[in-house]
Amino acid sequence: MKAKFLVPLLLFFGLAGFLAFGLTLNPREVPSPLIDKPAPNFRLARLDQPEQTFTLEDMRGQVWLLNVWASWCVACRQEHPLLVRMAEQKLVPVVGLAYKEVRGDGAISTRGMSLEAETAMAVERGRRWLADHGNPYVVSVMDIDGRVGIDFGVYGVPETFLIDREGRIRYKHIGPITPESLQTQIMPKVEELRRAG
Amino acid sequence: MPVDPKRSRSILSSLRRTLGVGALAVLMASPLHAATADAGPATVPAGIATASDPGVAPAVAADPRLEADMMELSHKLRCLVCQNQSIAESNAPLAVDLRNQVREQLAAGKDKDDVIDYLVERYGDFVLYEPPFNAATGLLWVGPFALLLAGAGWLAWRLRRRRREIAADGALSAADRERARALLAGGGDAASNPASPESRK
Repeated sequence: MKAKFLVPLLLFFGLAGFLAFGLTLNPREVPSPLIDKPAPNFRLARLDQPEQTFTLEDMRGQVWLLNVWASWCVACRQEHPLLVRMAEQKLVPVVGLAYKEVRGDGAISTRGMSLEAETAMAVERGRRWLADHGNPYVVSVMDIDGRVGIDFGVYGVPETFLIDREGRIRYKHIGPITPESLQTQIMPKVEELRRAG
Repeated sequence: MPVDPKRSRSILSSLRRTLGVGALAVLMASPLHAATADAGPATVPAGIATASDPGVAPAVAADPRLEADMMELSHKLRCLVCQNQSIAESNAPLAVDLRNQVREQLAAGKDKDDVIDYLVERYGDFVLYEPPFNAATGLLWVGPFALLLAGAGWLAWRLRRRRREIAADGALSAADRERARALLAGGGDAASNPASPESRK
């Protein structure tokens, strides 16, 4: 009974504990409901050969990454050298999703532009960017209108999805990949999925 | 207990509005905050957008009925980029894309719940401005009321105990009763207590 005066103090510490924990969370990182679900299928034109298409089926049986990028995306420049290094070391195949390459760029107005013209422009810009910065992708596909991005729940660029042999999304990385996140998050999961399958 | 989630949601939300416990809910559930809710001051605006509504995207669809439906839905959906705005209010490119999706799907004859489900499948419950009632958000919705009830229960218990204590302390012994009777009868006991007001007479 003597310790009764401690009750408000303990309540305060409890509340402070909750608030302190809240500070460690990043509200910008919205957890994806697609984890462990089959990746949404898509059929998109390839950046290197726009007359050919690419689908999820083409990667079946492999553990791979789908990296959402755009030439107008500043944070993509930050992670790109790491992707190039990963490709050199053949760590894991990475497919690029060139997200809204033209209409996503705030500097360009696509008003009145035909889809053909926009696609041609996306091809030109995407190829030039990869030529300048290195091409780490086994293949890049063009999501001109961002529709596939919506299917994947993309809300910013870059984002990276880890997809298993059966075509299920197993992990989503939001924002640029860093050497640390590659080492502590992505690669252990890749190894695990490879062992599992 | 089988509860229709839609019904419980509307009951809870009306209770929340009337009692204004949103702030408390945020405090209680701060660890859940990122995943579930933003019960801060920006609640869902009632009614649908009109042309005079500032900060709302201009109408695009030719059919005003469709546009009104689209805007009504858009006010219930959170923009993932600017998280304290609905996709109706935000001009972020993603919000524009999502509005287009909503418009397109409504135009294709889907009903509103289908469109909401479509977005929740892709972006999770976070896309809903009003968090649904489920296992993850249960504490958030019920917590404030549970606290209120617990507080009221504790208060009632304290008051009851106090009343019992007073009753126990105030109980008169047989000797006290005898003395009181003697005083009331104007007996000589008063003389032994000259300071008492009764003795002035």
